[in-house]
Amino acid sequence: MNRHTLSVLVENKPGVLVRIAGLFSRRGFNIDSLAVGPTEHPEISRMTIVVDCADHPLEQVTKQLNKLINVLKIVELEPAASVQRELLLIKVRADLENRSRVLETVTLFRAKVIDVAQDAVTVEATGNRDKLDALIRVLEPFGIKELVQSGMVALGRGGRSITDRALRPVDRVADRGAAP
Amino acid sequence: MTDQTTAPATSGPAPASARKGTGPSPRDLAARAASREAAEPHPAGDTEPSRSRPGAAPPAGARPAPPSGDRAREPGPASGTEMTGAAALVATLERLGVDVVFGIPGGAILPLYDPLFDSPSVRHILVRHEQGAGHAATGYAQATGRPGVCMATSGPGATNLVTPLADAYMDSVPVVAITGQVSTGLIGTDGFQEADISGITLPITKHNFLVTNAADIPRTVAEAFHVAATGRPGPVLVDVAKDALQSTTEFRWPPTFDLPGYHPVTRPHSRQVREAARLIAAASRPVLYVGGGVIKAGASQELLELAELTGIPVVTTLMGRGGFPSSHRQNLGMPGMHGTVAAVGALQKSDLLITLGARFDDRVTGKLDTFAPGAAVVHADIDPAEISKNRRADVPIVGDCREVITELIAAVGAEQQTGRRPDLTAWWSQLEAWRSTYPLGYAEPDDGSLAPQYVIERIGQIAGPDAIYVAGVGQHQMWAAQFISHERPGHWLNSGGLGTMGYAVPAAMGAKVASPGATVWAIDGDGCFQMTNQELATCAVEGIPVKIAIINNGNLGMVRQWQTLFYNERYSNTDLDRSHAADSPPPAGRPHGGTPQDGAPQDGAPLDGAPLDSAPQDGAPRQAPVSAGGGTRIPDFVKLAEAYGCAGLRCSDAASVDAVIEEAMRITDRPVVVDFVVHRDAMVWPMVAAGTSNDDIIVARNMAPDWDVTE
Repeated sequence: MNRHTLSVLVENKPGVLVRIAGLFSRRGFNIDSLAVGPTEHPEISRMTIVVDCADHPLEQVTKQLNKLINVLKIVELEPAASVQRELLLIKVRADLENRSRVLETVTLFRAKVIDVAQDAVTVEATGNRDKLDALIRVLEPFGIKELVQSGMVALGRGGRSITDRALRPVDRVADRGAAP
Repeated sequence: MTDQTTAPATSGPAPASARKGTGPSPRDLAARAASREAAEPHPAGDTEPSRSRPGAAPPAGARPAPPSGDRAREPGPASGTEMTGAAALVATLERLGVDVVFGIPGGAILPLYDPLFDSPSVRHILVRHEQGAGHAATGYAQATGRPGVCMATSGPGATNLVTPLADAYMDSVPVVAITGQVSTGLIGTDGFQEADISGITLPITKHNFLVTNAADIPRTVAEAFHVAATGRPGPVLVDVAKDALQSTTEFRWPPTFDLPGYHPVTRPHSRQVREAARLIAAASRPVLYVGGGVIKAGASQELLELAELTGIPVVTTLMGRGGFPSSHRQNLGMPGMHGTVAAVGALQKSDLLITLGARFDDRVTGKLDTFAPGAAVVHADIDPAEISKNRRADVPIVGDCREVITELIAAVGAEQQTGRRPDLTAWWSQLEAWRSTYPLGYAEPDDGSLAPQYVIERIGQIAGPDAIYVAGVGQHQMWAAQFISHERPGHWLNSGGLGTMGYAVPAAMGAKVASPGATVWAIDGDGCFQMTNQELATCAVEGIPVKIAIINNGNLGMVRQWQTLFYNERYSNTDLDRSHAADSPPPAGRPHGGTPQDGAPQDGAPLDGAPLDSAPQDGAPRQAPVSAGGGTRIPDFVKLAEAYGCAGLRCSDAASVDAVIEEAMRITDRPVVVDFVVHRDAMVWPMVAAGTSNDDIIVARNMAPDWDVTE
C-alpha cells in the first residue's frame, strides 16, 4: 500500500463532490484525505485527494474518475516533485504555569498562536503530515482540548500549471492507450 | 494525438501499415474499409465517426450541432421562438429525431405532457409501470442502436426507473430517462412525490442532470443524448424541475454543448494495433473473445472479415451473441458459466485472447486467477477503465471496436504479406475434438413432459434468424442463448449484467416498436413473466403484436437448479406453484376462477396434452388446467393473456410444439402469449459452478470433460 496524491480538476458545478466521493466508496477505494477549493479559473474547482492503495487499484480509480463527465483532468503529484501542505488548528490547555512552555514549542515548529484564553491557546500550523503529527505529539502532554485538520493540498514544483490545458478539449489517445 | 504524429498522411481509418508499401492486400483492405465507412451515413460529422448513428446525437465538443441545410425538413418550431420549458423539451426531442417515448405522466411532469400531446413526430406510448417504460427504451435501443427514451414523474415514478437504468448501465445501453421533479422551491423540503432521483441514480447512470432553468433544457437534453450514445453507451437521466417546465424561454437550436470533461476515445492507437497483429501472427492457440461491444460498434462485418482472414476461432459472450453468426464454422459458441465445452476449453488452453468489446465478467472467467492461465491478452474496449480491470492486458487498445477491427485487419494483412501466418491446424483439431465430443444437448424428460430446450430450439428454427429474440433471466435465457442460432447483431436482447427478471416483456415491446416489421419473440420464464406482464395491456392497446413464449416450469428454475446441485435439493421458496405438493396446504384465500373444482386434477394428474385447452367444458365452470407440477395453475397464463386482449395458447407435449408455434406466428394482429408447460427438473448444462475454475466445467451432472480427447 502506498499513499498517492491526486490533483483532480473538476467543473465547478453542484453535485460534483458527491459524484467523486460516491465513486470512491462504491468501487471500494478509501479516501485518506480530501480538500476542495476554487482555482484561478472560476469555472474549475480543484480537489486534492490522498488515497492509500497499491498501483493497480490506483490505475483503476484514475480511470474511473476520468469517466466522470465533470472531471476535467487528473494528475498524480509525486511527493518529491510537489509541495504538499495541511493545516492544523489545535486548542491546547495552557494556564499561567505552562503557557510559556507551550509557546516555546509553538515557536520551534514555526506555528503561531491565533487565540488566547484563560486556560488555553489555539495554535495554527501548516506543514506536511509528518510535521503536524510531530507537533501534536509534542503538545499532547499539555492536554489537547480540541483539534481540527484540513485535507492536504498540493501543487507541483516548478513553473508549469496543470490547469493550463484543462479547459481545452484534449485528445487523450496518448495517455489512455499506453500500457499500464 | 500520438496517432497524428505517427501517421500524418492518413485521414481515414487506413492504418500506418498500409503506407509501408508492403503489397496490395492491406491497402485493399483499408480501402474497402474506408469505402464502407463512406457508404454509411454519419450525419454527425467527423467528430464521432464510429458511434454516431442516424438520429443519435449532435457531434462532440463544445461547439454547436451542425445547422441543418434544409429547415423545412426539420421537425419542431424555429429557433428563437418563445415557449415554455416543456414545449422546448418536446421541440428538442423532435429536433433530435426521437420518434417514440415510453412513459407515464404524473404531477411534476404534467406540464411536459401537454405539449407532448400535440407533437406530430414524437409518439408517446403509455405503459402500465415505469419499469416497463425503462426496459422498453432499452429494448428499443438494443434493437436499433439509437437511444431509447423513457419518461416518468417525480418520486415513485422516477424510482421505478431505477431497475431499468441499472440494467442499461450494466449492459451499456443508450437510454435517456426524463423525469419530472418537484418545483425548485420545494426541492429539499420532502415535498409531495419528491425523491432525489439524480442522487439515487448516480451509481447507475453514465451521467445525470438536474435542470432548474427553462433556458438550459434544450442544451441539457441534447447533451444527454450525446453522452448516452457516444463512447461506451449508457443511460443518462435528466431530472427537470416542474417550474423549469412551466416558465417561458426562447428556444435556441442548435445548442452549444458544455461538456468540457467528455472526450471519448474512438480511434485506436496504431502502435498498439500493430503490436496486437504481431502477437496474432505468432500465436498458436489464439481465440477471438467477442463481447457486446462489437454489436454496439456495428462491427460484425469487420469481425467476420478478421475471423476469416486469420482463421482464428471465435467465442461470443452472452451479450455478444449475434455479433458473429452462430452457424459459422469458426464460432465455438458461448463461453462462461453455461458455455460450451469447446468455447470454455478454448479460452482456458489459449495462448492469446484477442478480446474485443468484452469485459472479463466473472460469469465468463469463473475463478479469475485460474482463467486462461497461458494466454497473453489483447484487450480492445472503448472504455479505458475496462482494460486491465479484471485481467491484466498485455496489449491494451482503447477504441471503438469497429475502428479497432478495421485497423487490425490491415495490420494482420501486413503481417501475412511478410509470410507470418500461424498454422492453426493442431489447435483446430483440438477444438473440433471438444466440439464433436461435447456438443450442446439435452435429455428428453422420461416422464413424457416437454423439454424446455426443445421448445426454444423449435421457436428459433421456425421464426428464423430474422426474428428478434428477447429473453428474461434464468434457465430459459441460457437455453435461448444456447439453442437459438444467433446470426445477426441486434436480434438477441437480454439482460446480461444486471440479470433483471422481468426484462423480456417490456424489452420485447420496445424492440417491436423499433422494428415493427420484425417478428419479436420474448422467451420468458413464468417467474420473470409475472414481474412485468402488465405491459401486455400496453402491447394490446397500442397495437404492438409481440409474441411471448412462457417457458413454464412452475418454478424459479435457475434458483431451483442451484438448490438441486448445491443445497441438497431443498427447494426453499422456488416453487411458484405449490398447489401440487401434498405436504403443502393450498394457499388460503385463493382468488376465484383459478380455484380447483372438486375432483379437479391434483397430485399425479396427467399433464394435459391439448395445446388449446382453454375452452369451457359443457358449460361447467372452466376447469383450471394442471400445471407443470400437476397442480392448479395460478395464474392461468392463457386466461391472463385473454384478459389482456392477447391471444393465449398452451402447449405441453412435444408433438404439438410446432403447431402451436406456427399458430402463434400466424397471429399478427395482437400479442400472443404461449404457455409452454415444461419439465420442471430440466437443467442448464454445461455449467461452471460459481466461484470455481473454468477447468472444472461440468458437461452434465457428475460428468467432467476429458480435455485430452482427440477427434
